[in-house]
Amino acid sequence: MAAAHYRYLLRLADNALVLGHRLTQWSSRAPTLEEDIALSNMALDLVGQARALYTRACALAGDGRDEDQLAFLRDAHEFLNVQLIERPNGDFADTMARQLCYCAFAVPLWEALTRSRDAELAGIAAKAEKECAYHLRHGSEWVIRLGDGTAESHRRMQRAIDDIWMFTGELFEVDDVERAMIAAGIGTDASKLWPDWSDTVGEVLAKATLRRPADGWMISGGRRGIHTEHLGHMLAQMQFLQRAYPGATW
Amino acid sequence: MSTGLYTPPAADQLARARAVLDSVTDPELPFLTIADMGILRDVRVAGNTVEVAITPTYSGCPAMDVIALDIVTALTKAGFPEVRIERVLSPAWTTDWLTPPARAKLAANGIAPPQGRPDGSNSKRALFAEPAIVCPSCGSMATDRVSEFGSTPCKAHYRCRTCREPFQYFKCI
Repeated sequence: MAAAHYRYLLRLADNALVLGHRLTQWSSRAPTLEEDIALSNMALDLVGQARALYTRACALAGDGRDEDQLAFLRDAHEFLNVQLIERPNGDFADTMARQLCYCAFAVPLWEALTRSRDAELAGIAAKAEKECAYHLRHGSEWVIRLGDGTAESHRRMQRAIDDIWMFTGELFEVDDVERAMIAAGIGTDASKLWPDWSDTVGEVLAKATLRRPADGWMISGGRRGIHTEHLGHMLAQMQFLQRAYPGATW
Repeated sequence: MSTGLYTPPAADQLARARAVLDSVTDPELPFLTIADMGILRDVRVAGNTVEVAITPTYSGCPAMDVIALDIVTALTKAGFPEVRIERVLSPAWTTDWLTPPARAKLAANGIAPPQGRPDGSNSKRALFAEPAIVCPSCGSMATDRVSEFGSTPCKAHYRCRTCREPFQYFKCI
């Protein structure tokens, strides 16, 4: 039970941290100054969410590790984020497709977790839900702008949605960890969030004049520590300082 | 056995600690105190220790570390030997906790205060809703959102079509 609780928190935290780090990779590279600021702001929200969740997980584990050790001293196979999150930024369409697919899931997820019996998690969820609502609107507006834009932006936005689609199934999987958390009233049933996600994404794709891909084979494994090659490369960059100079602080 | 040092009653200590904390402001909004902002949740005095509970506005707001440091500095300077900061995440901070004087101070400093969300304009159901924000310079309702993400996590970037001034909006959360 305690082990499941810890793992459940790490899954939530790893999603937030890995996506947060991905968004920081746009800093100074975004297409406009406003976008640079927007993506950095969202990264800040996500890294903040991750920090609060790791702190909660550390308090439960009581093994002397802190949030920085969880973020910077675990290897790829110990990360429990969904594979969708670790996908490289690609072009702006790829990043916005990833934002839409994650945020349309995160908003109802956090909303449900505001009723968690873990009061600390409920508090983190209440804040994260509102933050992710802003992220969702931002991502949705870009998907619509690019999808309903020029022939070239439409082509690239459609390709980005097509490419990411097989990574969306993992968001809604329920395994033993999740079942234990649902039974304990700490977690929520992710499979029940699918209709909400599907409505949001469907509405945005329709407005964007984009074709919704068929739900075919879905890739899985991230939440069990099985990742694409991209996560290791990302961690090599993110963790470099702590690996080269162990224990370094500001 | 008396040490010869006079220790004021706890109630006086608490009142004095609160008065000191009234001088601690938000580093990004220096005209607002942390009490105005609703960041200061609780103050307790236990023996020689002042315990201060604060809550972050946004999950990753970098101002929180500066605020914690400012609290410790202000109380230490005022003669409190031990200060303990507690970060409270539940219940989550909301712009509803901004006091009426805080809203007035925001407007007076050219930042449009948060404009309620009776329609749940921050929820999924209002994914594409655009609340009309009043220009803090000229009062015009003819304003455009430039970006919902501004110079700090709590502010959005707008411009006024009437007076042509850009301005910041303290967004609802």
